[in-house]
Amino acid sequence: MLRKSFLSLLGLIWASTANADWALNMPRGITELSAETYDLHMMVFWWCVAIGVVVFGVMIISLFMHRKSKGAKPATFSHSTSAEVIWTIVPCIILLVMSVPAAETMIRLEDSRDPDVSIVITGYQWKWHYKYQDAGVAFYSSLALPSVKARFKESGVDPFSVDNYLLEVDRPLVVPKGKKVRLLMTSNDVIHSWWVPDLAIKKDAIPGIINEVWFRATETGTFRGQCAELCGKDHGYMPIVVEVVEPDAYQAWVDTRQDGGAQVAQMEN
Amino acid sequence: MTTAVADVHEHHGPEKGIRRWLFTTNHKDIGTMYLVLSLIMFFVGGSMALVIRSELMTPGLQFVHPEFFNQMTTMHALIMVFGAVMPAFVGLANWMIPMMIGAPDMALPRMNNWSFWILPVAFGLLASTLFMPGGAPASGWTMYPPLVLQTGDAFPFLIFSIHLMGLSSIMGAINIIVTILNMRAPDMWLLKMPMFVWTWLITAYLLIAVMPVFAGAVTMLLTDQFFSTSFFLAAGGGDPVMFQHIFWFFGHPEVYIMILPAFGVVSEIIPTFSRKPLFGHDSMVYAASCIAFLSFIVWAHHMFTVGMPLSGQLFFMFATMLIAVPTGVKVFNWIATMWRGAMTFETPMLFSLGFVFLFTIGGFSGLMLAIAPADIQYHDSYFVVAHFHYVLVPGSIFALMAGTYYWLPKWTGHMYNETAGKLHFWMSTIFVNLTFFPMHFLGLAGMPRRIPDYSTQFADFNWMASVGAIGFGLSQLIFVYVLLTSKKGEKATDRVWEAPRGLEWTVPSPAPYHTFDTPPVKRVSEEAFE
Repeated sequence: MLRKSFLSLLGLIWASTANADWALNMPRGITELSAETYDLHMMVFWWCVAIGVVVFGVMIISLFMHRKSKGAKPATFSHSTSAEVIWTIVPCIILLVMSVPAAETMIRLEDSRDPDVSIVITGYQWKWHYKYQDAGVAFYSSLALPSVKARFKESGVDPFSVDNYLLEVDRPLVVPKGKKVRLLMTSNDVIHSWWVPDLAIKKDAIPGIINEVWFRATETGTFRGQCAELCGKDHGYMPIVVEVVEPDAYQAWVDTRQDGGAQVAQMEN
Repeated sequence: MTTAVADVHEHHGPEKGIRRWLFTTNHKDIGTMYLVLSLIMFFVGGSMALVIRSELMTPGLQFVHPEFFNQMTTMHALIMVFGAVMPAFVGLANWMIPMMIGAPDMALPRMNNWSFWILPVAFGLLASTLFMPGGAPASGWTMYPPLVLQTGDAFPFLIFSIHLMGLSSIMGAINIIVTILNMRAPDMWLLKMPMFVWTWLITAYLLIAVMPVFAGAVTMLLTDQFFSTSFFLAAGGGDPVMFQHIFWFFGHPEVYIMILPAFGVVSEIIPTFSRKPLFGHDSMVYAASCIAFLSFIVWAHHMFTVGMPLSGQLFFMFATMLIAVPTGVKVFNWIATMWRGAMTFETPMLFSLGFVFLFTIGGFSGLMLAIAPADIQYHDSYFVVAHFHYVLVPGSIFALMAGTYYWLPKWTGHMYNETAGKLHFWMSTIFVNLTFFPMHFLGLAGMPRRIPDYSTQFADFNWMASVGAIGFGLSQLIFVYVLLTSKKGEKATDRVWEAPRGLEWTVPSPAPYHTFDTPPVKRVSEEAFE
């Protein structure tokens, strides 16, 4: 009985692997720094695997060899200064090895000088507002209608039938490829956090404070994220969509948006 | 002379009925009450976790509204941290510390009674907020302003219940420190103390250091809400980030408050069932002290995304990475204790081994989280949820289970049901991994924490985690069964296990109402802790 249900569980897991898009790992992303972050993540991960193999290996050997039922006689040793010195110093060295590239990436992450495009992002309960500083374009970005219709209890809409359920917005953030984009984050009410995994950016939007981050996208495409700081009841319903386009297309988009200035002003009220 | 002493003691048995529990100053009674309260809270907090996991089982909202979902995540955390894990360790401390150091009771018995009885009041207040207009607090247990200031009528009750919990913790900590420093058997100098006593001594100092800070932070929230101050309100010149700094100055030592006594429990159990002394007792003490010290200088690693200066981020990254060293020493020492021992695998040992394996996995993800650029990706995602549940559930909770099984025969005088205990361990271990391991993948794939609904690509792992959570919850009913039948087993001997060390095994099983009316004579204690 138990075995049968276990097998059916395995079957279920197998079946779901076949038809769902399973992401197991951090995305490598589309910026230099997101790739560096990914590499750091994998480096620490493999260090952990290596340490785990040694530590758990010794432990498992001990669990099998040194058991009373196999007639093991307990030793009486209770300390060994040399062993203890070794397993204090070796981890210190491993940590040093890890800390150098981590610090280098950290320093690059903070260098938001000389941006090509600056965008002020303001968090609201529960949507984002984007204002392109030099282009005079500003708009709100909220959860797209198909998701809104499906999100409520007893909505009668199957989430699986909605494209990009909860990860689609009405108006995405549009940015040019290959340009240094600086984001200035703040908030109008409570703390939010602007997170797009493919850009390796997560920064808190805090009332009264302006935070800075930057990225330079190396690929065009649509990249999705969500608010990452609990901000009230609809915290789960304020996604982020970033469209990276070629610089020409970006300029064309800015021009059309500027025409709608009156519309923008109306929306801001 | 001797008959007179015996006479006096006959009148010193427990009172009858409810008065025994209300007015008791006996460390064993108070320990029992702490443990029972924490078990109840474990099930209350656990049911809330099941509400969360049921809602998250499939995409779309099925059972609750988002606002109630947020109340559940907040209350689950508050109840598990302050109601289940912390009181459970205080309960173990009450029962075991006097018996381990050869003291007749805690040093301040009336305060002991008071520090326990505050807790049911605190949790009554906290639970009552579920029925208030606006519902229970829904801003996460971290209570970040300005969001927490949007709490409804529950807000002052939340603050007051935290004040009460803090008072209780501070009094409990003072009591433990005074007991340990003043009431040890004559020849038990500090470095001869058992590890459980040592880790609790360090924990008690952490509690005294940080609980007042926490009380201050929540009081500032209270005055911001009701008395027009602006400590944390940008509009009035305050700083919302300052709350986070103060909170995590409390919050990071707090997580070690929940794990150091667990280290102590495991350090008692592994030597017993390896039939070998604890490896590197003194370096274990130094490691625990290092961890306690470091816990005060790493708080901002919870805040790598709030926008700190680069130098601050680098400092907190390096300091955090350092914690891996003393923690590693602890794990290596446990394994060296097992090495060339003669192990048997009774339930307490199984839970302790589960602890070493799974806590170490939580430690690995902790090391990953220390790397600041990567942490920016992990932060506030399910990866973090996986990390801290690995250190708290198969960490702290497993150690509590291990300790309960280990000392239960000493408390009841009977062996518990070993088959049920082993079943409890294996079910818990399988389901705890099924619940929390997939959460690593969810977080890395981009699922934020504290959301009631999610995009469809996260569906499979969420389904697995929910199945695991329900299984884990049901497995704990086996534990209740073991406790309810704990007096039905065969009589336990005084030593209970084959090769335990420590003074608690020199008293009869069940431990009489009063133990060590006179300090243990040197001969006994030598045998017990050499």
